[in-house]
Parts: sequence; structure tokens; C-alpha cells
Amino acid sequence: MRALHRKLLRDLMRLWPQALAIALVMAAGVATLILGVGAYDSLSTTRAQYYEANRFADVFATVTRAPKSLKDDIARIDGVSAAETRISKIALADVEGMIEPASVLLTSLPEFGEQVLNRIYLRTGRVPDPEAAGEAVASEGFAAVHGLRPGDTVRVLINGRQREIVLSGTALSPEFIYALGPGDLMPDARRFGILWMPEGALAAAYDLEGAFSSVSLKLVPGNNEARVIEALDGMLERYGGSGAHGRKDQVSHSFLDAELQQLKAMSRVLPPIFLVVAAFLVNMTLSRLIALEREQIGLLKAMGYSSWAVARHYIGFVTLIALLGIVIGLAAGSWLGYGMTKLYAAFFSFPFLVFSRNPAIYVIAAAVTYGAAVLGALKAVSDVAWLSPAVAMSPPAPQRYRKLFSGTIGMPRMVRQSSVIIMRHLTHWPWRTASGILGIAMAVAILVGSLWSFGSIDHMVDVTFFRSDRQDASINFASARPVSALYETRRLPGVLRAEPYRAVAVKLRKGHVERRLSLVGKPPDAELSRVLSGDLQPVALPPDGLVISSAVAEILGLRVGETVEIEVLEGRRQRLLQPVSAIITGYLGLTAYMDLEQMNRMLDEGAMISGTHIAIDESLQAELFTALKATPTANFIALQYVALQKFRETLAQNIVIMVTVYAVLAGIIAFGVVYNFARISLSEQGREMASLRVLGFTRGEVSGLLTGELAVVVIIAQPLGWLIGYSFAWAMAEGFTSELYRVPLVINREVYAYASLVVLAAAMVSGLIVRRRIDRLDMIEVLKTRE
Amino acid sequence: MAQAAAEIEPDAPVFRIRGLSKVYCTGDVEVHALRGVDFEARRGEFIVILGPSGSGKSTFLNIIGGLDSATSGEAQFLDHSLTRQNEAGLTRYRRDHVGFIFQFYNLVPSLTARENVQLVTEIARHPMTPEEALALVGLEDRMDHFPAQLSGGEQQRVAIARAIAKRPDVLLCDEPTGALDSKTGIKVLEALTRVNAEIGATTLVITHNAAIREIADRVVNFANGTIVSEQRNAARKLASEVSW
Ligand SMILES: Nc1ncnc2c1ncn2[C@@H]1O[C@H](COP(=O)(O)OP(=O)(O)OP(=O)(O)O)[C@@H](O)[C@H]1O
Ligand SMILES: [Mg+2]
Repeated sequence: MRALHRKLLRDLMRLWPQALAIALVMAAGVATLILGVGAYDSLSTTRAQYYEANRFADVFATVTRAPKSLKDDIARIDGVSAAETRISKIALADVEGMIEPASVLLTSLPEFGEQVLNRIYLRTGRVPDPEAAGEAVASEGFAAVHGLRPGDTVRVLINGRQREIVLSGTALSPEFIYALGPGDLMPDARRFGILWMPEGALAAAYDLEGAFSSVSLKLVPGNNEARVIEALDGMLERYGGSGAHGRKDQVSHSFLDAELQQLKAMSRVLPPIFLVVAAFLVNMTLSRLIALEREQIGLLKAMGYSSWAVARHYIGFVTLIALLGIVIGLAAGSWLGYGMTKLYAAFFSFPFLVFSRNPAIYVIAAAVTYGAAVLGALKAVSDVAWLSPAVAMSPPAPQRYRKLFSGTIGMPRMVRQSSVIIMRHLTHWPWRTASGILGIAMAVAILVGSLWSFGSIDHMVDVTFFRSDRQDASINFASARPVSALYETRRLPGVLRAEPYRAVAVKLRKGHVERRLSLVGKPPDAELSRVLSGDLQPVALPPDGLVISSAVAEILGLRVGETVEIEVLEGRRQRLLQPVSAIITGYLGLTAYMDLEQMNRMLDEGAMISGTHIAIDESLQAELFTALKATPTANFIALQYVALQKFRETLAQNIVIMVTVYAVLAGIIAFGVVYNFARISLSEQGREMASLRVLGFTRGEVSGLLTGELAVVVIIAQPLGWLIGYSFAWAMAEGFTSELYRVPLVINREVYAYASLVVLAAAMVSGLIVRRRIDRLDMIEVLKTRE
Repeated sequence: MAQAAAEIEPDAPVFRIRGLSKVYCTGDVEVHALRGVDFEARRGEFIVILGPSGSGKSTFLNIIGGLDSATSGEAQFLDHSLTRQNEAGLTRYRRDHVGFIFQFYNLVPSLTARENVQLVTEIARHPMTPEEALALVGLEDRMDHFPAQLSGGEQQRVAIARAIAKRPDVLLCDEPTGALDSKTGIKVLEALTRVNAEIGATTLVITHNAAIREIADRVVNFANGTIVSEQRNAARKLASEVSW
């Protein structure tokens, strides 16, 4: 082996803790990119293949009742490749061991042959026998929570009559990856499930013989969805069609989309930041490490090694470190990414998992990291290489320390000499000090960037569940009922307060932009389900006009005072114009509100309500639920505390796992940076320290110089880190924002505190390590071997 | 600068230096380290350079060794100009022709004595083996020690072994015995004179030790950035004959 190679290996062995720390910083940068992008790519590929394999439809529509003969006409719409009609109804179910009522979506399976669209993926048992009345396949999630297996029964209130349904099997469906009950904020498999039953049984129960209530279409690829929807709406209008919609407005799809978008935001915003930060830190650290080799570079050049040969030597040095970092990073990233993808896949209940590995990402991660390392090495080498070997071999000129306190006589007396030395070190190498501060600030920043979302989630929870929707439960009627239903609700046991609401499916349109959403009417002085203004104060709904959330306002480009077109998708299907009277904050979904009375006047169907929000006396909860289970007019009971719990769980699954992984990686980066900063400072000042020790300075005094310097840099870095971290968080919040969620950028003080605490702890540990080295500093050796 | 000294006519001067000046500008102060040095050295000559501290000896040696550049003047090695040479040319010059021994030992701390010598033998054209070179300086039994495990004198002998191992055309030594006792110093000088004799390397030795002047062909005295006087020794003493 060549002597130069041997030097390289020995130097690596000598510097192993630093080399390892640098490698880990690189690894963390590489791993975040691999795992973030890998998890997102895998999940979206899996979803795409699942949709494809089970023929998830492109367009969906529901009607009150339409003749089956219409199906052929629908299938002939230009651009439609397949059409399937179904009966689909929501009903209350009574499941053993559950005091509150659950709801099930009853969906028909074709009487003859296989499903054409939205095929179920059978997990256990078999499809129901059309001959044996009262059999159904249950959605797996629902069956699993309740421990239901083929052969077990569920009691369902079908069209006002209690029926025993026997489960023949369990299944998954691309249509209900997220099974969200009507009016629910978050999916809850316990309270909402799907039962697939033979069409005949449902048709008989709901008087829909020879008719359908729901139709799904698959489109020819690349076809104009809007045109098909328009044609379909035209056909379905007189059968009570409530407006066809594409996948974008399909509940499960849009939910999943929002989740994937969050994952994507996390993988497209945070990992590149990590990678770049890690690269910057590696670059800075390695260039400082190599700058320490100044005399040896001079010596090698004096012996006749060319600058390029010297550069190659140090490139070899960083290559080994980079190789270690990249290998660890790629391995850890793949492993974490695989684990995370599996977790998500289980959460989304995908029947299978396609783990996609994008080689380009691996190459990018490795190349960025390696490039940064090599550039760091080259920078340091070239800084020295243009010096003549004679100059390079003598230690870097300490000639011109600024006289820090010149002119202020008496100052040096007050300021201890050691503080003067520290300040001189810091000001003498301003670039080094600045890059150290920036590096440590970056470590703080990526921690802030990883941890901020917890504060935002808490804020969303607080606003949504404790300031806005404060009801304990909501009762959703199967169809709109007269206001008198409110008084019935108030008479139910345990109901302390009840407020009515009316919800109608509408399309809001301005110009060419339109969105489907549920327009909600509430009493202006609602106490339970309140409307909050931009500064989160409850506002009374104005007597006229529409109150819309800022998300709606942005999408449609609406301002207060402007008019918006409302196309009602139910009942008399009016097209109306209404002014926007206020814009409010809303974090979940697209929302629009109106004064209930005004809404009823506008719809011109009499004083109707769709349900009630109630406050419950907890001690009478069991009686209330028993009464509700027997109420034929309600089809869904949304429980706020369950929604809150589900909200937290969902976000826990989606964000917390990812954030935790990122925070740990950020912690590793922070430690690597601070440790290297301290160690390199020690090497840079080793000789000076040994000299001071020779002069009679104590160990404590000497290490105080270095730890003091570290402390100054770390402390200055904190506010800068918070600032940069804020901008990272802002970029992520922007990335999170979808039509389903608006993520408010709320960073609690604790987040800053945690980030700083981690970095300070890293600094403390590094300081101790460095101190121990200084304590063991062999004065003679240091003074003898250099020079 | 590919030719070796042997291919040149025997009596041509190895170094021909005219009006060599060096000015260091450190901020607002100008230090005139060299003020117009004229100098010549023939092949195989053994020259001792004397002079007070700060008189420019090291600066002179660094420039003719291709480690530093002059501010003005002309320095020639054989028929090649050093002062007009670019970086790559100077590197080739150092690699192929010059053996350097520094005032400070300048070893690579992470390499053993043998490996420090190998560093040079691996890139030289007709090197000795590291073992041979270390034996010449009497360190055959310390070859696998690291610099930190060697005394100052031993480190300096490793540096000499490293300088002579390539069989250089010129051997430039900046206070090679400065840190050594007289017995070790003599060993070092013996090694230098042997190399000077055996491979015919033109040897320049800076020293503060006037006793050493007696082993030289010629003694050059520096003061205040110029050569103020020169003496030629009629007869050279052997290294073993001097003492201090
Ligand atoms: N890098 C430098 N920057 C500024 N001045 C320098 C530098 N190197 C040397 N000098 C100055 O140039 C002058 C000559 O220095 P040089 O090292 O050649 O002296 P020297 O004769 O070798 O002295 P010594 O016997 O003490 O080694 C001195 O005044 C020195 O201070
Ligand atoms: Mg000198």
C-alpha cells in the first residue's frame, strides 16, 4: 500500500469519532430523502395499481330513483367505457357490544355476474348468495373492529324495519379506502361500515325494483370528464340526480389524496432541506477539517507532490467518509421507508403493497452528498494549494488580531483575559465563526421544521372541536324533515340542548371555477356549532348572503360583496345568486354557511332541517343511544368526542410517525454538527492550548476558552435557527394545504424550546468530550509533533 | 526540466542566481528579506551558509528550492529558470531534483519513519529503498516508530533520510543540526557529506554553528538580505573531525 494511502487510513482512524459524526450527518440527509420520497412513491403507486386492478370508477352520481333501462343510454355517452348502476342507502345498525348506533352504507352487488366497477376485494368468506335473503359482505375495517366473522349477524334498520343480516364474508374496496360517515370529519370504522348485498334484496327493501339509486362510470382514458358529467347530469336530472362528480369529489379518494399530498409535502419539502443542510454542514466541516492539514499539504507539495495529487489524497479521505455516510443513509432510508410504507399501507388497508424504489432518488441523494463533500475538500485544499509550500508549512498567520478594546482604557481590566481571547478567536476568523453559527442554526432550524406541526395540530383541534363545533353529537336525518323534528330531538332523554341545521349539496360557481360542497344553514345565534371569524371569534351569521371559508374564497376567487352562483343539487335544483357576506377561517374541508331561515326561504321548501347538533347529559347517554337506535328517521349519529379522537389518531398515523423519524434524524444532524464544531476548534487551537498549559494555565482555564467559544456560537445560533426554522415550517404548511385541509402555521414556543434544547444538549455533550480531551492533552506531544 | 544533471556539461554551474530579491508585504509593513543576491554553485559543491537571524538565509533556500517565489531577479537551475517557472514546473523540479531538510522536522505525524521516507521514494525516479536511506542516518532499528515516539534528533534524521532517499541533484538543509547534540549532529553531517560524495548532490547547509564551516568547500555569509562575503576552504575536513 502506498504511504499516502496509509496516511489516509491512519488519519481516518485517528479522527474516527468525527468521521463517524460527519458520516451520520450525511446518512441522515440521504435517509430522509430516500424514505420520504420512497414512502410517497410507493403509496401512490400502490393506490394507482389498486384502482386499476379493482376498476375504481371515474364518475359517480346518485339519484332518488331512476329506471335501470337508463343504464344503456348512460353507457352510450361519448367517452364512457363502462357503466354500472347500483342501489346504495345509508341505514342505522345495531351492533353487539356498542351502545351508540352505528351506520352502514348498504351497497348492491349485481344480481348476475361480476361487478364491473368498484370491485370488492374479498378478504374472507364468499360473496352473498342472491337466493339466501339477508346475506352481506362487510367492509373489513368495520368487521374487524367489532370482531365480526362470516356467519355473524348485524341488525340493520332497513327502511324502518329491523333486519338481521348474516355476514357471508369481508372485503376491501377501492371506493372505501377511507370510509367516512356522512357529516363525520374523520373516518371511524367502528361507527361506519359498508355492507354489500345482492341487488334483489335491497331493491325489495327500498321499493327500487327495476330501478337504481347510484351509478358509476369508467371513462375512456384522456376523456373530458366535465363533458361526461354534464351529459350524465342532463339524463339524471328528472330522476332526482344530485349532480355527478369525478374522483376529486369522491369522499374516500379525496381524503386519501389529501393524506398523500401531506406525505408528498413532507417528502418534497423536508428531505431536500435536510439533504441540503446536511450537505452544507458536511462541506463546512470537511473543509475545516482539511484546513487543519495546511502544514501537511505544504509539506507534501515541498516534497514534489503536485497540488492535484494532494487534492486527490484529500478527496480520497472525504470519499471514504462520504461512502460510509451514503451507504448508511441509503440502507437506513430504504429500511425506514419500507417500514413506513408498510405502516401506511396497513392504515389505508391496501390489499397489497407495491414498494417502488426510484433509482433516480438514490442517485440524487448520493450525488448531492458526495458532491458537497468533495467540494468541501477541494475548497480547503485549494485555499492552501495556492500558497507557496514555504508559507503553507508555517502555521497560518496569526499576525493581525484586531485590538478588540483598543482605545478603551480600563476595559481589559474589567473583561477577563480569557473572554478577550475568545472574542479574538471569534472575530479573527469571521467566516469560520459565521459558518459555525449558520451550521448550528441550521441544526436548530431543521428541528423546528420537523416539530412545528404538533402546535398546528393542537391549534386545529382547539379551533375545530372546542371553539367552533362544540356539540357532543350530531344527528343526521336520512332526508330533510320539518322543523318540528327539532322538538322531537329535544324530548329525547339526556339532550340538554339541540340546535337545528340544514345541509344541502350545492355547486358554488364563479366564472369557470366550481366546487361541490355542502351548504350548511344554522341559526344565527348558535351556541354549539358556531361560525368563527378570521380572528377566531364567534360571529352571528348575517341575515343575508353567504359566509364562506377562506379556502373556498381562494379557490373561487371570491371577495366579500361579490356574488356567487349556487346550483342546488337536490330538491328543486334552483340556480341562485347570493352575495358573499363574510369570509371565515376553516381548517377542515370546504365550508359555506347561511342563516337557516334565509336558506329555507331560498330553497322554498318550507322550514326544513337535515339534523340537529346536541349537547348531552353524559349520565343519560345510554338511554339516549337506545332511543336513537330505534329512530327510523336518523341515519347517522356523529359523536364529537369520537371525531376528535379519530382526528388525533389519523394525524398521529400520518404526521407523527413521519415527524418523529425526521426529528430523530434532525437530532443526529444537530449532534454531528455541534460535535464537529467543537472538535475541530480543539484541533485548530490545540497548540495554543498546550502553550497556555505550559505557561501555567489550569486545565479548567484552557478548556474554558474552547467551551466559552462554543457557548457563544451556539447561543448566537439559536434565534437565527428559529428564524430559518420558521421559514422551513412555512414552506411545509404551504405544501400541506389541500382542499381538504388548511394547515395553520402555529409554532408553539415549546417547539423552539425543544429544538434549542436538543442542540444545547448536543453542545453540552460535545463540550464535555472536548473537555476530557483537553484534560488529557499531552502538552509535550502537541508541541513536539507539529513544527 | 527532464534532464538530470549528469547530461549537462560537467563544469556548468548548477545554480546561477542574479539580483534575487524578496519583499514580504504584511499589511502596511514591507520586509525586504532578500536584496539582490548574486550566487553560483557548481555540481557536487558542499556550501555552508552562515548569517545572523533574520538575514534571509531561509528565504533564499526556499526560493532556490522552488518552495517560494522571488519578487525580482533571476534564479536558474542548470539551464532552466526557476523564477519564470509555473506551479507545475516547480513541482516537477522539487520532485525530481531537490531534497529538502527543514529547520523544523516536518514529518507526517500519522506515518512511521519508514512510511515518511516512502512518501518520497514512491514518487522519485531513481530512489534508494527507505531502509537504505534510514540506515544511512543510523535509524535502521527505529523504522516503524511514529514521529511522536522519536526524539527531536531522531525526527530530524528521518527528515534527512527522506531528503536523500531520492538521490537528489541538490540537497537543501535549513539548520539540520540546530536541535541536535554534537554527537548526533556529527552523524547527521556524516550522512550529508556521504550523500554529497556518493551521489554528487550539490549541498547547501544553513547553520548557526560556525564549526560546521570547516567541512564545506565554500562558506557563504548572509547579512541583511545579501551575501556579504564568501570563503573557499582549501581543504575540507571530514565531518567526524569537527566538534562543538
Ligand atoms: N512569511 C513572511 N512574512 C513576512 N516576513 C517574513 C516571512 N518570512 C520571513 N520573513 C522575514 O524575512 C526576513 C528573513 O527571514 P528568513 O527566515 O529568511 O531569515 P533567516 O536568515 O532564515 O533567519 P533564522 O536564522 O532566524 O532562521 C526576516 O526579517 C523575517 O522576519
Ligand atoms: Mg531560517
